[in-house]
Amino acid sequence: MSEYSITVQDVSKSFDDGRIPVLRNVDVKIRHGERVALWGASGSGKTTLLNLMGGLDLPDSGHLDTYGLDPSLDAHRLQLRREVVGFVFQLHNLIPYLTVKENILIPAIALGVPHAEAESRLKETLEILKMSHRIDHRMQDLSGGERQRTAIGRALINRPKVLLADEPTGALDEATGDVVFELLRGLAENIGVTVVIATHERRFAEACDRIFRVHSGHVEEVVR
Amino acid sequence: MSFLRLILTNLRRHRVRAFFGVAGIAFGVAAMLTVLAVVLGAIGMFRNILETDSQYMVFERNVSDLFFSSVPESNWQAVAQMPEVASAQPVLFGIVNAPGHPVITCFGVEADNARIGAATWIVGERADFGREADMVYLGVRAAEFMEVAMGDRVEIGKGMFRVGGILQTQNGFEDGGVFFPLGLAQQYFHREGLASIISVNLKDVSEGDAFRVRVEEAFPDLVVLANEEFASNYSQFKILTATAWAVGLCAFLLGGMSVANTMTMSVFTRIREIAILRVCGFSRQQAATLILGEGFIIAVLGVCLGLLSGFGLLLVLQHLPQLQGYIQASVSPYMIVGIFATALFTSLAGSIYPAWFASRIQPAEALRYE
Repeated sequence: MSEYSITVQDVSKSFDDGRIPVLRNVDVKIRHGERVALWGASGSGKTTLLNLMGGLDLPDSGHLDTYGLDPSLDAHRLQLRREVVGFVFQLHNLIPYLTVKENILIPAIALGVPHAEAESRLKETLEILKMSHRIDHRMQDLSGGERQRTAIGRALINRPKVLLADEPTGALDEATGDVVFELLRGLAENIGVTVVIATHERRFAEACDRIFRVHSGHVEEVVR
Repeated sequence: MSFLRLILTNLRRHRVRAFFGVAGIAFGVAAMLTVLAVVLGAIGMFRNILETDSQYMVFERNVSDLFFSSVPESNWQAVAQMPEVASAQPVLFGIVNAPGHPVITCFGVEADNARIGAATWIVGERADFGREADMVYLGVRAAEFMEVAMGDRVEIGKGMFRVGGILQTQNGFEDGGVFFPLGLAQQYFHREGLASIISVNLKDVSEGDAFRVRVEEAFPDLVVLANEEFASNYSQFKILTATAWAVGLCAFLLGGMSVANTMTMSVFTRIREIAILRVCGFSRQQAATLILGEGFIIAVLGVCLGLLSGFGLLLVLQHLPQLQGYIQASVSPYMIVGIFATALFTSLAGSIYPAWFASRIQPAEALRYE
């Protein structure tokens, strides 16, 4: 097995038929269990890089490898989303009319996890997130922090190897953002998941093991 | 939570949207059931009149409607004399109206006619049939809606008659109609010496083909059909059945379009949601199945609601005094299976485009722009 969980080699990506270049010849290597920050201003390309790592977008050129799967291949992409990667978004992206439990279980339905196993994972996940008391609540009844914890729960339910978090604290106040960030950081330590966080906040980036600065489509590691 | 539960939850949490889809299909099912049951019931009643105690029917060739058929008395007398014939009974059909009642079917028959022989005489006696020159005999429902009793004078069309008896046959047309002695009917309808059909029983039913050849050779203007042949060949039945299915299918088309509209709007307003499902590991097939599944559940609920409404409507129609008992619904298992299959087909067809659209949603793009 490779030393790296995610390898990005010479990857470029643009939108609008090449008129809007976003990433240019990017190289990133992330080890198993690391907490890595993609740090940069809004519009710098952080989200695009995360989406490429998780198979939500396709690169124009270059090579990607996430736990032995190539996100640019159709055959690998579904497996990647189902079993390898969990996504957390800035705006939660939860389904509003579903309860906490139903939202968290969506990936388990997609993967076809047996009912008993899914329930057991749900219980465990809710305990980690301290959300057991909110299990049957819908999204409109939750605070921003609780919604984000629900989104983290959804990302964790299929026991992914990598958690890709796109500005997970961006829509939260400072105190709640700290709690969510600590939760994410703790996951890497406690359950060994690799965590990649896209953030524009330096303090969160500095709390990670490594920082990659994303700027005008270029990515370089910040040496500390 | 299972995939099916997710489908049900989606529908439950979007009740209004789901209701419109269900209502569309229910409307189609109820319309199709009602139209088919009423039309096929009417055909069944009419067939039943013709088939009562006879094996063959003789009538004028190339007439579009039996009411226009004319079989001269000399012909039916000749048919009755044929060696293989056990009985030949003329019947003259007519339609008139009475005050407040637009349609009254009239049957001109002889006193020994099997259908009045088999009827239950509520008032009066069969032995008196035709004894008085101005007497007619009412079906039980006709007597009710005309509000007349034995001996009363009753206006039928342009004529005034006395009620000589009231009888019940369990056939909507007959119970809502009037039996005339044949001679009186011929006089009243200005068709002296004519009958509409001859109902024939043979001594040996295996002689049917020989009988048919003999009659058609002797009387080229007449046609002989076994009862079951008549049911499948009579053009009025064919037109009515085809019309019923056409009306029903139009209703279904509307129902199917309602489902298509509901599901398309549902998908268009849920692009972000479907993108989230795809991010969470839903395959294209799963996204499509989710939408098709919702369409299927809507169809099943619509069929159930439509059948309940349709049966309720038929019950009301059968007891509506204005319809004079002419409605005798006929619902066969084939009809229910046909309606169910059509409902399922139209709603699934209506869900195909939205399902395809859902399966094509690119998660990153949808989340970026939605």
